[in-house]
Amino acid sequence: MNEIFGVPTQALFGQLLIGLINGSFYAVLSLGLAVIFGLLNIINFTHGAQYMMGAFVAYVLLERFGVGYWWALLVAPLVVGATGVLIERLMLSRLYKLDHLYGLLLTFGLALILQGLFRHEYGSAGLPYRIPDELLGARNLGFMFLPNYRAWVIVASLVVCLSTWFVIEKTRLGSTLRAATENPQLVQAFGINVPRMITLTYGFGVALAALAGVMAAPVYQVSPQMGADLIIVVFAVVVIGGMGSIMGSIVTGFGLGVIEGLTKVFYPEASNTVIFIIMAIVLMIKPAGLFGAQR
Amino acid sequence: MADAQELAIGAPARAGSLRHQRIALAVMIAFFALAPALIYPVFLMKVMCFALFACAFNLLVGYGGLLSFGHAMFLGAAGYVSAHAAKVWGFPPELAILAGTAAATLLGALSGLIAIRRQGIYFAMITLALAQMVFFFSVQAPFTGGEDGIQAVPRGRLFGLLDLSRPSSMYALVFAIFVGGFLLISRIIHSPFGQVLKAIRENEQRALSLGYDTDRYKLLAFILSAALSGLAGATKALVFQLASLTDVHWTMSGEVVLMCLVGGLGTVFGPVVGAFVIVAMANYLAQLGAWVTVVQGAVFVVCVLTFRRGVIGELGHWLKKPF
Repeated sequence: MNEIFGVPTQALFGQLLIGLINGSFYAVLSLGLAVIFGLLNIINFTHGAQYMMGAFVAYVLLERFGVGYWWALLVAPLVVGATGVLIERLMLSRLYKLDHLYGLLLTFGLALILQGLFRHEYGSAGLPYRIPDELLGARNLGFMFLPNYRAWVIVASLVVCLSTWFVIEKTRLGSTLRAATENPQLVQAFGINVPRMITLTYGFGVALAALAGVMAAPVYQVSPQMGADLIIVVFAVVVIGGMGSIMGSIVTGFGLGVIEGLTKVFYPEASNTVIFIIMAIVLMIKPAGLFGAQR
Repeated sequence: MADAQELAIGAPARAGSLRHQRIALAVMIAFFALAPALIYPVFLMKVMCFALFACAFNLLVGYGGLLSFGHAMFLGAAGYVSAHAAKVWGFPPELAILAGTAAATLLGALSGLIAIRRQGIYFAMITLALAQMVFFFSVQAPFTGGEDGIQAVPRGRLFGLLDLSRPSSMYALVFAIFVGGFLLISRIIHSPFGQVLKAIRENEQRALSLGYDTDRYKLLAFILSAALSGLAGATKALVFQLASLTDVHWTMSGEVVLMCLVGGLGTVFGPVVGAFVIVAMANYLAQLGAWVTVVQGAVFVVCVLTFRRGVIGELGHWLKKPF
């Protein structure tokens, strides 16, 4: 069996793999957006820039300080998450009483600043980041070669997504968080420091973006624009899934990555636009999104 | 505590005499009529095209409360269609501009039907995604010329009489289109339709319960805004004899938001002032490369944090009159 619907299986599985990789990033990024949106009611436009910052922190750690991938996986989210905490404390917290669209405009402005600064410093050309030695090479699955690093990205993203889901849906901390999403005043009345919770939630969402950035660094090249186009696709993913459920964002993220990969095999002309077309169809049939509740 | 009007995006709905608005209008028209004697006319034509674009955008966000993050698709698509019509089909300029505007109107109707199904933040994300789709289409479609765009678009003769390759006649045409578009938009704002739009922005549920079919009003506002943005884009393509990917890119959608924000969201004259400021800024900072983006981002942040009324909004607040 070397062909399916006239397409060589090698190409089919290759694109499926790329789709799963892209899907991993869609899932982690839309998860972060959904967590932030749940509590802050803003869409974090800076998310793409923070993903890019994560990749750059990993790059600088390796090139300037000789610190490798595994430490970067820990350090980059902490550093970028800390800048997120600053942004929330100094700027976003002043906007909660206003129309939520101002939050969108502010984070859009921040994204422009960050992108411009990184482009000034590092130029527009992509910078390579090498795969850590432990994950070099590939294994033969019989029907295709699976590069170890790519397998790691898919597994690691799944673990990150599922643990976030577990924390939010199944633990006490998560139940407080969900309660604060429903009714912040009431939760505050129970003696819980809601403003601090909001700050930490934003920091966590941003850290997730940075983590995705570190994982993406060896797959794509590290460049100032890497987040800008991706974030628009992630927005479409979020609209399709609806931001009501955490599991919803995970499933939609991976699912759309795979669909995009398959489109590359069967109708390459539409591979850039297929997610947007799906978004339009979903909006016509179920405006709240596949897993969302209209509110 | 901020006053209630500041909570919602857009301007307060205040009635009052419109005499000072007529004076402001006369000042604006006189400025653009006399300025070419002092300021480089091509720069002014660019300002007028973007001012019309920003006014059209403001109609939607300032009065309808719908923040679109994808308006570049109307500007860019109209530019491509009018450039293609003038260059390949040999249309005269008036028909080329009309064709571009019609294309934007159609695109507005299609994307509007999809986008108005959600509000607020979702509306912004949906319009952004739809515009990105138009961008990818423009990259791939054969007639747009990909990265090169459509270059050397002939300006032609208006109604077969006026030779637009003469700078003064081109300026006159852009001036007429800008003033005509501006008057149409202020007419829409002050019409009963505009009032209903403002009511929807303030409280959609209540407008609905009063018997207004809010979706139809929002869709019509969206289409009008798209059509007028298209008019600006089609004109711009003839002025610069170029239609390129820059005009469909999401950065352009962000720039028009910035123009309205700087000038004053939901003010009649704000977008014109904002367009002037942003176009001038882009011109003077052009040699600084990546810093233009940084400065634009910084202006966004400063405006949102401390200057939400914008230049004209602050002026109106200070004089206690809406402009």
